[in-house]
Amino acid sequence: MHELSIAQSIVEVAQREAKTRGVQVDAVYVQLGALSGVVKDALLFSYDIATQGTGLEQSQLIIEDIPVSIYCATCQLEHELDGIQSLRCPICNQPSADIRRGKELDIRALELVDATPT
Amino acid sequence: MSSNTTATPTPRIVELRHNILKKNDHLARALRQRFAEAGVFVVNVVSSPGSGKTALLERTLTTLAPKLSLATLVGDLATDNDATRLAKSGTKVKQIETGTLCHLEAEMIGSYLEDWDLTEIDLLVIENVGNLVCPSSYDLGEDSRVAIFSTTEGEDKPLKYPTLINSADVAIISKMDLAEAVEFDRVQMHASLQAMRPDIRIFETSAKTGAGLEDWYDWLEQRVLAKKQHQPNSTTIKEA
Repeated sequence: MHELSIAQSIVEVAQREAKTRGVQVDAVYVQLGALSGVVKDALLFSYDIATQGTGLEQSQLIIEDIPVSIYCATCQLEHELDGIQSLRCPICNQPSADIRRGKELDIRALELVDATPT
Repeated sequence: MSSNTTATPTPRIVELRHNILKKNDHLARALRQRFAEAGVFVVNVVSSPGSGKTALLERTLTTLAPKLSLATLVGDLATDNDATRLAKSGTKVKQIETGTLCHLEAEMIGSYLEDWDLTEIDLLVIENVGNLVCPSSYDLGEDSRVAIFSTTEGEDKPLKYPTLINSADVAIISKMDLAEAVEFDRVQMHASLQAMRPDIRIFETSAKTGAGLEDWYDWLEQRVLAKKQHQPNSTTIKEA
């Protein structure tokens, strides 16, 4: 269960961004690859814990799932795969270790509102 | 565009491109650079608890100790039992007690290396916490990630942990001496590993009988030598 430390890193980055821009963060958009090693539900759960007592307590974590894509040298094409159990070209069935997408663990965007003066 | 100074809070989207593990990746890159400069070959050994990781390493360290200068970092949630076992080989061993953390991170590796002179080490073994999930996300600056599966865990185990297998470049099938007793299907096991990582290097070993260990030792020795040869400003290897 390393999702909590991942969630804490997300909060750290978002907080820093909010502070330098003098804004409040409403939502954090994250891309999560199927091979990132992070479980979506566990991350959402951890995010609620990690944001407690921070300026992000009311914010939302919005996760976009990224499936695995491999490059098939035989077809010379990139193919998206249905699962992660077999890294084979869905057209010609050749195995491929050339992974082009699916390892993402990235913050892609923040939804911000101007901080209301207290 | 003129700046908007109105008081109404308008939500806006700001695009970022921030890898969440950037801090770890950054530290791992720095470690990799240090290992390259010192000519240390580094393996990160991952497996589930009870896969026979420590038994395999015990034997590996004892066998290679006369030939190579070895150092090992052992990650466990608690106790230094494994480090005590491995220290019997007479090589450098340090225990990293992670407390509740389920994996090792680059920062820990860096701090535990502080009082070792890397230039005196040929092979650094990092025994990760027994866990097949979390360690896959954390780069420790290693050259090679070795996943150990025992025959008793079943031949479909790699299919259950695709992320880990995909991040490994070597797989060791341990406890081969028990293969027959547990009706281990080696063809299926190889297929499972290759489905997830088509170019994975596979060794079949038994730390009890010693079967298959020679190939594993040879591989380690070759990789250690290759790392030394690629060492920048190498003083030991003279160019012709």
